[in-house]
Amino acid sequence: MAPVFERAVVVGAGLAALRGAEAMREAGFAGPLTIVGAEPCRPYDRPPLSKHVLAGTVPAEATTLPSALGPDVDWRLGSPAVSLDRVGRTVRLADGRTLPYDRLLIATGTRARPWPNPHEGRLAGVFTLRGRDDAAALRRALAARPKRVLVIGGGFIGCEVASLCRQLGLPVTLVEPGPTPLARVLGRTVGAFIGAIHAGHGVEMRCGAEVEWLEDADGRLVRAHLVDGTRIDADVAVVALGAVRNTEWLDGSGLSSDPGGIDCDGAGYVLDADGRPDRHIAAAGDVARFPHPLYDDRRVVLEHWSQAVAQGIHAGRLLVGATPERPYGELPTFWSTQGKLVVKSAGLTEGADAVAITQGDPAAGRFVALYGREGRCIAAVAVDSARWLPAHADLVAARAPFPPGGTATDRPKGVAVFEPGFA
Amino acid sequence: MSTPADASSGSRPGLRVSVDLNLCQAYAQCCYAAPRHFRIEGHEALFYDPAPAAEHRADIERARVACPVQAIRVEDPGQDA
Ligand SMILES: Cc1cc2nc3c(=O)[nH]c(=O)nc-3n(C[C@H](O)[C@H](O)[C@H](O)COP(=O)(O)OP(=O)(O)OC[C@H]3O[C@@H](n4cnc5c(N)ncnc54)[C@H](O)[C@@H]3O)c2cc1C
Ligand code: SF4
Repeated sequence: MAPVFERAVVVGAGLAALRGAEAMREAGFAGPLTIVGAEPCRPYDRPPLSKHVLAGTVPAEATTLPSALGPDVDWRLGSPAVSLDRVGRTVRLADGRTLPYDRLLIATGTRARPWPNPHEGRLAGVFTLRGRDDAAALRRALAARPKRVLVIGGGFIGCEVASLCRQLGLPVTLVEPGPTPLARVLGRTVGAFIGAIHAGHGVEMRCGAEVEWLEDADGRLVRAHLVDGTRIDADVAVVALGAVRNTEWLDGSGLSSDPGGIDCDGAGYVLDADGRPDRHIAAAGDVARFPHPLYDDRRVVLEHWSQAVAQGIHAGRLLVGATPERPYGELPTFWSTQGKLVVKSAGLTEGADAVAITQGDPAAGRFVALYGREGRCIAAVAVDSARWLPAHADLVAARAPFPPGGTATDRPKGVAVFEPGFA
Repeated sequence: MSTPADASSGSRPGLRVSVDLNLCQAYAQCCYAAPRHFRIEGHEALFYDPAPAAEHRADIERARVACPVQAIRVEDPGQDA
């Protein structure tokens, strides 16, 4: 256990930071604890932002996360960390103050990847979605009943926003350069099944298409021009092109970090440019890149809520002296609520060479897809079939043989195996 | 369904609720325990009120305890530590 006179600093005030700080206190750390956040508010929950906040059922400010922290925490909110000095063991903030640390948790997460043309990205009617303010602003725009919403990018957030617009009765077009929505994460086969469900609810799908530029009238978005020469009239555009990790403040610290994340070892300590762990610093959440034991120690960054929680707790305990029995290696899990459709996953699909439909029927809109690689189960995706996921997650965690025998209880023999359709 | 705006109208600070929707199996026990704050949309999409007013504390607590997978987390900032 870390002695009480040691100072712990957490940089980032999101989900991973909060759960990490709680874990330090739960593990008995009673020393000074400071949490630094760029945003002026206490940690809040992001998943509701693209769902019920946009729907108008929950105000953006209502998403503050429940916390077990007491008053013995020094919150420094509204001024980001701008640099890290590992020799002097200090963190410098934008307001000029310097915080000494003995233990440092890095949990600065990500930000939305902006539209590549900054002028067009700033037009009235053009939005990205990462923070509370983004969600509140987009909600106001949707409440004003735009004539058409354009969603740029068919990843999870793009699909959530597009299906939510349909729930609100708004015309929406989703433009995705890939062959289907979600193709990068789930492959073309499952992406097409889910895309068909959204198309059935009236989302106009433009896959294999790319927005070239955004046209405005007096600074307001009026239409998008596609590379193929077609145009889409829209007064609201949501740019959903993924995320960029907040690692710039680590430049010059000697740590191994880039826009793809900050590198950690199997225990959770950050690595310096020579690959040596710095045992005063750990990282967690969307910003952390680490070797995953379930996937042959391939280095991964996971933008998953469950990962922020589990890795935050792991890193908090690690920093205050708990010795982990084994490397951090939680089974990755994720959910996405797209309109009323629930997509849940366990494991990582990357490298899959086959996918089997083991439960339900894609045509009926409810099914489980199990992904295999070299004869082993590596991931499972449940679409409106959450109750089947835990049994499949067990197969993935055990690296069970693929295709599995006997998982399908609703079909007499065998499972249909497809090409997953990764590029 | 009470709206989270309730939270600011009472004299006590409102509650904070989050649900781990990875764990949630849409068993809907929380919806029976606190129907004003939890409901299932479609087949299995759980909607919950992240900021219920403090006066609903008993309902929320009932929902938290009822959840078979302990997916519901509640903080009552008005409660004396
Ligand atoms: C709209 C939306 C919907 C989502 N829906 C789902 C979902 O349905 N299911 C799911 O599993 N996941 C979902 N996610 C992902 C999930 O929210 C993230 O995985 C999670 O928030 C990661 O937590 P984090 O603490 O690592 O990072 P963040 O939540 O990004 O927190 C990092 C914090 O650090 C702060 N910060 C950044 N730089 C600095 C700095 N230099 N100094 C100080 N502070 C700094 C930021 O302001 C931020 O508050 C969603 C994300 C978004 C944006
Ligand atoms: S009781 Fe628990 S598992 Fe069931 S719907 Fe509510 S949160 Fe989900």
